[in-house]
Amino acid sequence: MSDFNISEVALSNAQIAWRAAQDIEDGSYVNLGIGFPEMIAKFQPEGRDVTYHTENGVLGFGKAPAEGAEDWDLINAGKKAITLNPGASFFHHADSFAMVRGGHLDLAVLGAYQIAQNGDLANWRVGSKGVPAVGGAMDLVHGAKRVAVVTDHVTKDGKPKLVEACSFPLTGVACVTRVYTSLAVVDIKDDKFILREKLPAITMEQLQAVTGAKLHTDGDVADLIVPKDL
Amino acid sequence: MDKTVSTLTEAIAEIPDNAQIMIGGFGGSGAPIELIHALIDRFRATGSPKNITVINNNAGNGLIGIAAMIKAGMVGKMICSFPRSSNAEAFNERYLSGEITLELVPQGTLAERIRAAGAGIPAFYTPSSYGTELAEGKPTEQFDGKMYVRERWLKADYALIKGQKGDTVGNLTYRLAGRNFNPLMAMAANKTIAQVSELGAAGSIDPEQVITPGLFVDAVIEVVNPQQEEVLVRTGVVH
Repeated sequence: MSDFNISEVALSNAQIAWRAAQDIEDGSYVNLGIGFPEMIAKFQPEGRDVTYHTENGVLGFGKAPAEGAEDWDLINAGKKAITLNPGASFFHHADSFAMVRGGHLDLAVLGAYQIAQNGDLANWRVGSKGVPAVGGAMDLVHGAKRVAVVTDHVTKDGKPKLVEACSFPLTGVACVTRVYTSLAVVDIKDDKFILREKLPAITMEQLQAVTGAKLHTDGDVADLIVPKDL
Repeated sequence: MDKTVSTLTEAIAEIPDNAQIMIGGFGGSGAPIELIHALIDRFRATGSPKNITVINNNAGNGLIGIAAMIKAGMVGKMICSFPRSSNAEAFNERYLSGEITLELVPQGTLAERIRAAGAGIPAFYTPSSYGTELAEGKPTEQFDGKMYVRERWLKADYALIKGQKGDTVGNLTYRLAGRNFNPLMAMAANKTIAQVSELGAAGSIDPEQVITPGLFVDAVIEVVNPQQEEVLVRTGVVH
């Protein structure tokens, strides 16, 4: 058990998304997974030119259209209506996934149920009940130069999401390179979690207590500082 | 070589029981609603075609299109990547009761399997799904230090697709993100039936603008102002 109240210090999803957005490089091609990762686009830093890819065959989409102005032939992989930025393009599904698996995207950001210290990701189903649905998740984890995850540090009932080995069904093996959590920024290197940043309000011991595998360090651990009001 | 068909009924008339049918579209974008509904109308009137295998990214939404096919009881199997949607009750009910089987395929693998069939490539290796339950039982091999899963081509008896412009020789363009699986499916089926919003004479589409060359298309039918699946779902239309 941890000796601190996570909910009092943990970052909100918007704050996690903001932190992840700071690492998006100028000139990059990026795929943001459906749901939470999509929020990252909102915090794209000023002055950076980023082209967003969506699996159903669009590069260079922009903000959502105003309500009532949707064209439902123009949607993203989450089936939400989108608009196009200048320079956008359309292509069929095989070309779209060639961009993914072929290593042409700079960054893919996904959500997670669990991430293992070797980079295994579980994010598509939690058990064998119900209707399974995988979509593009198993493809998106392969090929992008960086595969990052945004997630709470622990589950709603307090269990670590960063673990030695995933217990939920895997989406991909050894694929995640960086994890942005509600408490820390962690890289995955040589089958280890390497702590890069943590909230200044918590100690190393407190963070380790809510992490399911050993957190290593490699040089300084920086303070994880994000805007308060997002 | 005029590939034009004049009625929807005629366009889908020969599709037999037990056919494997690719249906274009991703969600509601690029879905050939009128062709699907013509097929359902024939099933309701004659009891055929039944026990259809449908290949699509999804498994229908609301009570129109593929969801209406499933609700009508004419689908025996779905091959798709994402059968979940905001309103997928038609599929969920029949899947959970065991009346319909599901082959779940990662989306990029689904696209590539269809492309491979159209290109005459019987199998290929992909990193997608390696080490997951969806790769169980499939051959794997290491290339340049990384593991890959072998996947087979995916063919169909028929493809029902939707284009924007078409001409009498079967050349097609698409509208916005409605392209998605449509050009791939056109290549992978024994017989491809395309509905288009605007049909013109050969030469009416600039060759530079053709996305699907007519060689991949067997029948073209004009459906002016086609229905849009998402709009139908949002307005509660039932077919």
